[in-house]
Amino acid sequence: MNEMVRMVVVLSLICGVCALALSGLRTATAEQIERQILTYLEGPTVRTVLEGAENDLIEDRQKVEIDGKEMTLFVAKRGGEVWGVAYETVGSGFGGDITVMVGYDLTDDELTGVQIVSHKETPGIGSKITMDQYTRSFIGMPLSSDFRLETAGGDLDAITGATYSAQGRAEAVRRSVELYPEVKARLQDEIAEGL
Amino acid sequence: MNLWREFSKGLWRDLPPFRVVLGLCPVLAVTKSAIGGLGMGLAVVFVLTCSNILVSALRHVIPRKVRIASYIVIIASFVVTVELVTQAYMYPLYEMLGIFIPLIVVNCIILGRAEAFASRNGVLASAADGLGIGLGFTMSLTVLGALRELLGAGTLFDKPVMPLIYQEHPFAMMVEAPGAFIALGVLLGLMNAVTATKGT
Repeated sequence: MNEMVRMVVVLSLICGVCALALSGLRTATAEQIERQILTYLEGPTVRTVLEGAENDLIEDRQKVEIDGKEMTLFVAKRGGEVWGVAYETVGSGFGGDITVMVGYDLTDDELTGVQIVSHKETPGIGSKITMDQYTRSFIGMPLSSDFRLETAGGDLDAITGATYSAQGRAEAVRRSVELYPEVKARLQDEIAEGL
Repeated sequence: MNLWREFSKGLWRDLPPFRVVLGLCPVLAVTKSAIGGLGMGLAVVFVLTCSNILVSALRHVIPRKVRIASYIVIIASFVVTVELVTQAYMYPLYEMLGIFIPLIVVNCIILGRAEAFASRNGVLASAADGLGIGLGFTMSLTVLGALRELLGAGTLFDKPVMPLIYQEHPFAMMVEAPGAFIALGVLLGLMNAVTATKGT
């Protein structure tokens, strides 16, 4: 019986101490990890879709709440004026979630580009959605476009052999465009308050 | 002296994974490049040394019946530490090693050293043992990674070393899965040949 108690106490103590130490470490590294993810995952995509921004896009990011969800907005400035915004949305592809970064020109209300932040599509087939030749066509698209694949009557090119992946990407872009009016309104509020 | 013996056995006599053919999962998976092998090796050095020290220090406290569970909790904690720290400060390496960092938890070498050595020996000897076995593992993985990278991509630590013509048409299979088995087999054979002619 004594041994039984000892086993329970020792194992519980070890687990407790480890859990405490790890939660401490997690809190201590959380901020740095977020910065790394921003630099290595989102950073390159943001810089591509908001090409020509003169500010530090990562440094000037804004956290806002839209539709009850927290979103990170990347705001691009040129000559001190806010001209563009980019944010992430998610669509479901063939292998899992496809996260896309869509950039917008706030004055002309058109897309400045689409980049894939992360995906789990089949290498060599579905992963084509990340290639420049298949993301270029988004640049300069007006918001009035029909963001569905052309096979479904929309304005987006399908990719041979990667229909599901292209659909997932289109879905993500569509969600992004749906959020745009609200994002723009929110940004204009903030600009009025002095961003 | 004694500590030196515990340390140095990991570098040749018990060199993992060639002598102690354990923990092959990361050995085969992350040695696509010398950097990958070195990074994984150093992660293992840290986890192995720390877990050896802690297991040895607690060896009279942990009841025999729950020892494996206790070791795994200790090892897992150090692995998560490595995971968080690499993610926070060495993100490219973290991305390269991916799932294989969490998998260090189930690396047989680490549990094997805890069970076979640290639970029976003093703290200093266990630290020396962990450091030695860990560095041996790092050495093996780096050599394996370097060999595969050199043949499979024509580079070494991402620096081009082979003639340009080779880099454009490398023996690409060496960085794929079959290359891992072939390189491991050839190195293992070479080591056995050396041992057979010279003795240990």
